[in-house]
Amino acid sequence: MSQITLNVNGSAQPLDLEPDMPLLYALRNHLGLNGAKYGCGLGQCGACTVIVDDQPVFACLTPCAGLEGKRIRTVEGLGSEANPGPLQTAFIDKQAAQCGYCIAGMLMRAQSLLERNPHPDEQTIREYMAGNLCRCGTHLRIIEAIKQVADRKGSLT
Amino acid sequence: MNGHWLKSSTLWRSVALLGVIGLIGAVLLMWRAPIAPIERPSGFTTAQLQRGARVVEAGDCAVCHTRPGGHYLAGGLPLVTPFGTLFSTNITPDAQTGIGQWSLPAFERAMRQGIARDGHFLYPAFPYVHYRRMSDADIADAYAYLMSGPAVQAPAEQNRMNFPMNIRPLVAFWNLLFLHGEPMQPDTQRSEAWNRGRYLVDGPGHCAGCHSPLNLIGAEKSAHYLQGGSVDGWQAPSLVGMGQRANPWSREQLLGYLRAEVVDGHGTPAGPMRPVSLSLARLPVSDAAAISEYLLSLEGPQTVTETMPNTATLDAATRTSGALLFASACAGCHGPAAPMRQIDGRPPLERTSALHAASSRNFLKTVLEGLPATPGSPGPVMPAFAASLDPTQLAALAAYLRHQARPDQQWTDLSSTLEALRQDSQ
Repeated sequence: MSQITLNVNGSAQPLDLEPDMPLLYALRNHLGLNGAKYGCGLGQCGACTVIVDDQPVFACLTPCAGLEGKRIRTVEGLGSEANPGPLQTAFIDKQAAQCGYCIAGMLMRAQSLLERNPHPDEQTIREYMAGNLCRCGTHLRIIEAIKQVADRKGSLT
Repeated sequence: MNGHWLKSSTLWRSVALLGVIGLIGAVLLMWRAPIAPIERPSGFTTAQLQRGARVVEAGDCAVCHTRPGGHYLAGGLPLVTPFGTLFSTNITPDAQTGIGQWSLPAFERAMRQGIARDGHFLYPAFPYVHYRRMSDADIADAYAYLMSGPAVQAPAEQNRMNFPMNIRPLVAFWNLLFLHGEPMQPDTQRSEAWNRGRYLVDGPGHCAGCHSPLNLIGAEKSAHYLQGGSVDGWQAPSLVGMGQRANPWSREQLLGYLRAEVVDGHGTPAGPMRPVSLSLARLPVSDAAAISEYLLSLEGPQTVTETMPNTATLDAATRTSGALLFASACAGCHGPAAPMRQIDGRPPLERTSALHAASSRNFLKTVLEGLPATPGSPGPVMPAFAASLDPTQLAALAAYLRHQARPDQQWTDLSSTLEALRQDSQ
């Protein structure tokens, strides 16, 4: 075990962890942040996607040891039930969730795209989101929701 | 004595005359006439269009002439060269921004001499040094196919070439040095497949564009034909002596690899080779088989074999750290018991070309960039680890896995390559 301080959603969290523990377990089991989901554990589905600095990463494959000093953001950082962020609002408007298991990952990957490129076209959205899967098949609504934010004036942040 | 000569009016006249002749020669060399525009032709037969589609696929035209997210063949992909950044152009049949007004002779001149319809010199990043070796029939079929697709309005992006390479007519001097070779004639001593393979490799496939080293002015070093080059930060491995290496290629392995499959013992194409192999996978299997036959017939140069073994005692800390990283980040797909190995062919890493290569570069690039998901393509998909592993972790992982693959030979370039990759990414 070693002492690792993770900066999650703006607050420093000192934790006692095995250094090779994937970030996903630290978030869920140690910090109670259950937004990011365990899907395949192989980086093939995207349900565990969070943002590290400005990049989307698969939390299930990212060891905690290298994350000190980096800015980790999870879906809990985008807004709350009472006060959802713009992208979350768009997902609600378009009813983009069916079972909802993939949605936290979808939101975080889309968020990282919109921060870098506030007005992507649909083709760009489709290519960027290709790494995140939805078994229910709500991809079309998810794309609609992302487009709703992409098409508005001004930037996301 | 010298003074006498300098005053000699004969000498000055000769110098002036030579100068004028040189100037006329240079102008002639650097000037090409436009070829008259035509109405976009039509009425090609279905058979010709189908043949043309194969030629365009074999020539990898779309790999450079389509930008990510852009229209098929409408150009706009940036090509970063040591001489500046070029943007591929629109080769759809749009009259204003594409090649819609090009006649077949204009197209053929571009393919064989690197001259655009209006007479300007094309940069040799467009591989006309290879395309000039193609048959007349293939060039005509490719023309028919290109002229029959949808016309897309997409003006060329402004190139950002450094002085003096931003002066296009200077390409004439480059051509004088490096533009030679005629359409290929079959070698009757060899099989039909071997000849087809050589034609695809040296003609449309222009493999040497990446797999041969380039000289200082960006031309392939013909003495080191297919002996390995570099592209986009990746190593394009040597294609000679592939059957005689420590981890040799069989014909079946090479055939699968060329068609973007995951091949036990080598892995699957990544980086710039991935789109090339996806193109090859769309061609008849006989084409990739022909390429395999030809490439495996190329014997390596008699080099002083591999470098001295540096019997590697991997230090305990690196071994532990590398093993832990492998367990947490890689083993899900590449571990001995991973279901992904059983059901979807993920390779055991110690048996991949990347880990057997002399340099760590392609291994590191693959881990950093992964194999991105492509809409409409079945995969395999490998996540990019650039944001998940820091350089220290990457180095430990690489040293650990290399030790598994080649216990007798550590990578000595790890830290310098990691540093180079870090600078490239900025």
